[in-house]
Amino acid sequence: MTEHVIIKTISRLMIPFIQLFALYVIAHGELGPGGGFQGGVIMGASFILYAMVFGLEEGRKRISRKTSDFFSPTGLFIYAAIGIFCILGGGLYLEYDRLPLIGDAILASQLGIYGIEIGVGITVSAVMTTLFFEMARRDED
Amino acid sequence: MIIDFVLLFFVVICAVAAVSLKDLLGAVIILGAYSLLMALLWTRYNSVDVAFTEAAVGAGITTVLLIAALSRTMRHEEAPEGRAPGAFPWFSRITRLIPLGVVILTGAVLIYGTLDMPNFSDPNAPANLHVAPYYIEKSVPETGVINFVTSILASYRGYDTLGEVTVIFTAGICVLILLRRRFHD
Repeated sequence: MTEHVIIKTISRLMIPFIQLFALYVIAHGELGPGGGFQGGVIMGASFILYAMVFGLEEGRKRISRKTSDFFSPTGLFIYAAIGIFCILGGGLYLEYDRLPLIGDAILASQLGIYGIEIGVGITVSAVMTTLFFEMARRDED
Repeated sequence: MIIDFVLLFFVVICAVAAVSLKDLLGAVIILGAYSLLMALLWTRYNSVDVAFTEAAVGAGITTVLLIAALSRTMRHEEAPEGRAPGAFPWFSRITRLIPLGVVILTGAVLIYGTLDMPNFSDPNAPANLHVAPYYIEKSVPETGVINFVTSILASYRGYDTLGEVTVIFTAGICVLILLRRRFHD
């Protein structure tokens, strides 16, 4: 892939915007279409695009195996932990109104939903990246 | 109205082409086009969240992952080996017709079943009278989230979404177990 100047230049230009759009989609799931799942997929797609254009080795330098392995359970953990916090605040599991230390029920609900969307986004993007890297990897030797 | 039928027409063409194509790479690309057309259809039906998911997952990630899977196997589907006609050639001709009969019968029953369904986007349809009015009226004051697709998925159906994320995580773990070489670099 050394001679594909156009593809390399365009993707180098586009990837920051794709990632920014992914963050926008996660953050605006409450207001418009989108949410953690779609945003996470777009974020994962940006890593996959990088790995496709610049090669798997280059891609693994940016998103190392450790990084993606760390973030896949982290998002799920954030989601489950928010549910536990709701119990600590006196509510049921995932009853965001009862999140402790916030006071206002509506604000607590908004923050809880916002938090789990971020968790969903982290897990989905990390898992999508892992899936691509592991499936496209040539079995060397 | 016309654009709905044009889109549906192309969806059917894409589906038939994806099934009948022997070149698997071409079939995967056509599946991507199929998902994109479905996303346009969902947008026409005002379900933008579904359309967004279809465009990002169906047309985007799934296509790439299927191509990645193809890189580990062969690009072309193998032609089925011709079976020996056997002692009774008329018998195999009849058994070949049985699937066609089953498909026609099932299709006819399904079309018969649609006759009882309410009209498309009928506000008095049972599906639109069950919990939908509650969510439309109460979700914003109860959760403070304007997009009530998000509030249903994240708050009212929070357990389902948690399970969904667990499924995705488990899929990732399974791929790691199956494909990543252990005891190697």
